[in-house]
Formats: sequence, C-alpha cells, structure tokens
Amino acid sequence: MHIIEAQKLEKSFGDFKAVKGIDFYVEQGEVFGFLGPNGAGKTTTINMLTGLARPSGGTLRIAGLDGIKDIKKVQGIIGIVPDESNLYDDLSGYENLVFCASLYGMKKQQRDKRARELLAQFSLDDTGNRPFKAFSKGMKRKLTIAAGIIHDPKILFLDEPTTGIDVESARQIRQLIARLNAGGTTIFLPTHYIEDAERLCDRIGFIVGGSIITVSTVRELIVEAQQEHILQFWLDSFDQALQSEIVKAFPAVSSAAEAEHTISIRSPEPLDIMPFMQFFDSKGIKVREAKLIRPSLEDVFVRVTGIELARLKKEKEGKK
Amino acid sequence: MMDKALAYWGILKKDMQNYYLKPPNISWGIIFPVSWTLMFFIRSEQAVDIRAILPGVMALSVLFGTTSMLSVTITFERKSRSFERLLLSPISLNLLMLAKTTGAIVFGILNAFIPVLFASFMIDLSGIDWGMLFLAVVFIAITSTFLGLFIAVSVNEVFEAQTFSNFFRFPMIFLCGLFLPLEKLPAVIQPLSYALPLTYGADLLRFSINAEASINKAISILVLVFFSSLLFFLSTHNIQKRWIY
Ligand SMILES: Nc1ncnc2c1ncn2[C@@H]1O[C@H](COP(=O)(O)OP(=O)(O)OP(=O)(O)O)[C@@H](O)[C@H]1O
Ligand SMILES: [Mg+2]
Repeated sequence: MHIIEAQKLEKSFGDFKAVKGIDFYVEQGEVFGFLGPNGAGKTTTINMLTGLARPSGGTLRIAGLDGIKDIKKVQGIIGIVPDESNLYDDLSGYENLVFCASLYGMKKQQRDKRARELLAQFSLDDTGNRPFKAFSKGMKRKLTIAAGIIHDPKILFLDEPTTGIDVESARQIRQLIARLNAGGTTIFLPTHYIEDAERLCDRIGFIVGGSIITVSTVRELIVEAQQEHILQFWLDSFDQALQSEIVKAFPAVSSAAEAEHTISIRSPEPLDIMPFMQFFDSKGIKVREAKLIRPSLEDVFVRVTGIELARLKKEKEGKK
Repeated sequence: MMDKALAYWGILKKDMQNYYLKPPNISWGIIFPVSWTLMFFIRSEQAVDIRAILPGVMALSVLFGTTSMLSVTITFERKSRSFERLLLSPISLNLLMLAKTTGAIVFGILNAFIPVLFASFMIDLSGIDWGMLFLAVVFIAITSTFLGLFIAVSVNEVFEAQTFSNFFRFPMIFLCGLFLPLEKLPAVIQPLSYALPLTYGADLLRFSINAEASINKAISILVLVFFSSLLFFLSTHNIQKRWIY
C-alpha cells in the first residue's frame, strides 16, 4: 500500500520553483530516503508533506487522506522531526515531552508514562531537571526525535537526523531509526548523508534542483555501484593535464578525477594497479599510496546527480 | 473534542509555566501597573481624583500587559521555531490561537486589578458596579490581546513587535477618552477615537466606576465584540498567509 502518494507536487516562491512537480510514492512500512545536495528542495518537500508549506500545485494523499485539505487529520498520525531542534529551551526533557504529548490529546497518565519510557529508551533519563538549552547537540537531537514519536505516529518525517552531531550519537540515532522501522513505522528520511541512505533506506529518491531524478531500491543501487571499478592514487605532485593523459593512455578508463592530490580512476572493467604505477613512474610522479576501491552508493550518487564528491563534502562540513 | 481540550489546556499551562509565571515577567506584570498607579495617584491629592483616574490606569495596565506578553509568547517562539511545532500539531489554527491568547487575557485581567488593589487602600470604593467593571476589563483584555496578536503575527522580530505596538499604544492613551474626555478632543480627531477599541472599553469602565458614559453600553459591547472578531480573523489570516507559506 502506498502510504504517501504525491503527484505533480510543486512549490514556488515568487518566480522561483523550489520543487518542480515531483511524482513519488512511499510504501507502507519502508524507509524512504530523500537524497540531494543543499537547496535541492528536501525541506520544502517535507514541509509540504507535513502541512507547514502549502503546495502551489499537484495532489497529495497520505494514509488514505487528502494531504492538502485534510492536513489537520493527517498531522494527528504523522510525527515530524525538523532539521533544527525546536523544543522549548527553558523546559526540561520530561516537560518538553509531556507538552508535546498534550498537543496530541494524550491524557495525563498516558503522557507521563510515555515520556518516561522515551527518556529511558533514548538514555536521557539522567538529564533530570536540566533545561533543554543545557543539553548537548546529540542529546537535543535525541529528545527532538523522542518528541516526534511521542504519539506513536504511523509515518515519521526525519529531516537530516544525523547532520551536525558526533559519530557515536549518529550511530545511536541510526539504530533508533532502524528499531522504529522494525516496529512498523514508515520513515521519510531526507538527508545528504550517503551513509544514512545506505544503512537505513529501502528505497531512495534522488532530488536535484527541485526535480526527482530517479527513485531506486538500495539493492539496485549497490548492484549498479559494483558495475564500476575504481582505483585511487595519492600522488606527490599533480598537474591539470594528467587527467586527460590518463584517459588517453588507457582506453578502458572512463574518467579520471582529482581532488587534493588524490586521483580517482574509473572504469567499467576491472583495473590492474601495475600499469598505472609504471605510467606515473615514467612521468616522474611519485605515488604515495594506491588502492582499489569498492564502489559505494556515494559513487552512484555522484553519477546519478552529477554532483562532485568534493562539493558534497564541503557542504557537509559547512553544515556542521 | 476531549483531546482538543487537553491540547488547549496543555498550551495554556505551558505558556503559564514558561512565560507568565517566570520572575522577570511577573515582576514586569506587577511593576508596570504599580508604576502607572503610583505615577497617577501620587500626583493627585484628593480622593476624588483617584477615583476619576482609576479607569484610565486600569485600562493602560491591561493594554500594556497583554500586548507586551504576546510579542514574547508568539514572536519569540516564532524566532526560536518552536511555534512551528504548534502549527504542525493536529490542532486547528483557531483553537491554537485561542490557546495562545488565553494566557495573555488572564494576565491582562489580573493586571487590571492591581490598580484597584492600590486604590482600595486609599479611597472608598463603594458604589462601583463590579459586574460591569469585570465585563469591561474582560473586554479590554480580549481586544488588546487580539491587537497584540495581530501585531505579533505581522512582524518577524521581537523589537519590531515592540515598536509596532507603541505605534498603537501611545496614541490610544490620549485618544481613548480616559484622560481627556472625548468631547474635549478636537473635532477632527474624534472620529479616530471612535475607531479605537480601547475607547469603548474605557467608556464601560468609566461607567462602572464613576457612573458616567458617553456611549451606549450595548453599542460599546457590540463594537468590542466586533473588534475582537475582526482582529482575531485578521491574525489567523496573516498566519495562514505568512507562516504556512
Ligand atoms: N521560504 C522560502 N522563500 C524563498 N525561497 C525558499 C524558501 N524556502 C526555501 N527556499 C529555496 O528553495 C530551495 C530549496 O530549499 P530547501 O530548504 O527545500 O533545500 P534542502 O534540500 O532542504 O537543502 P538543505 O540540504 O540545505 O537543507 C532553495 O533554493 C531555497 O533557497
Ligand atoms: Mg533542508
């Protein structure tokens, strides 16, 4: 069953089309990743799905309801975790959760029980009466997620849940997402972290410049990734001409790209390291390191979206 | 129905804990009416003057108390994005805004009675129509809260809300007929007075305390209901347009 179905969904801000008539569906019970660079339209799409932005056009069905007209009903069965924590700074973790529960009409006993349960589950029960503003970034993110699932939503929207937090917290959050999904919650997960997509998602929609370029299952993408072979060399010196010289000298090579003195050579056929070592040697270039890379989803992402890895990395760091 | 009531109560309670009952706001809520009260009462020597000035002090306490609170509870929450959480909850916008304003209305009503408390130590308060006084206070609290709401949803920054409210508040003090009787205002300005909700609330208040009124009571109440509905409608309309973009 399609729990979310969007048709020709679009959003303009003045003359600017942030989302350009996208079609997609989300299957009940799956984790649907929404992958794209900064400004691709991920947050705008989530805002339309959750009722914070009004679509300029198109139709939307969520859990059998009209996602535009019946949005207030829809909001009762969805949970939303925004990309920035938006809980109350002066309230404690417990108070924040109890307040959020009251918005969904939960009774006092129910609120109290659920809040305690979630604090324990997210290992936040030792925060006591500390106000939210005194929480660390990872703790804030966890509490924001707890607030999003306080009413046991059928669908959970998680906007970039692992951006800007440390590796360990990110790992915990991924585990949490996996556990929630195993419990039957459908998850809509915009991210620009390939790791999230690869580890958590069943299917991934790629969005670039407000358009969905393709939607594929992670399995398909991995198979596709393995069709490609990549060799990476860390070089002592480098000049611009080298890239085209390599492509010319080795007909099997489809591309050679450099980033910070590391050159990545791609080919649809398996590559051998030795001929390249000899090639660099003949040019008087020292090779510091050479390795064969198992292509990842990240590589497929680059191919699908045409966005360079270096740029994506910069964006990630900029976000932190 | 039940769950809507729980949500309404939840928002009201949270605002009370988080804003209204916070020491800085309590003291602001008290210091403000107290200083208005003292400022006017100390300057007037005879008991009769206090009684004449009481409606004006009450009305101003309510007006300033409510409008300044709303710029905090709404503009500030909007800035910190926690307001989004409310917009994303399954509560209709009307109920949500009612919940957000109830706290300020109650706060305004309490503010109104601080000058009354002060006056009670200094003069004899017999002969006041308390029922009518309470009605007038409630109406002034509602209209000025909704005026504050309208301001809060028309701006983005807390300081803008403050500037914008003064733009309304100060002329209202002089035009509402409390300190200068309406009849004594220049004829060109009088229509402006009648366009301000505070004028009607102040007139009711004056009637309840000093048994004098320049406007028919029923008309005043009707006009106040009209202003409240209009401001509330404009506010929710503004939210729909600006915040659910
Ligand atoms: N309220 C708005 N008014 C005008 N333009 C907007 C508004 N919100 C978003 N945009 C524009 O729409 C485009 C999509 O933005 P959006 O926030 O959806 O991207 P995103 O994929 O979530 O990016 P990020 O990875 O940075 O979170 C951007 O070009 C952005 O500048
Ligand atoms: Mg975003």
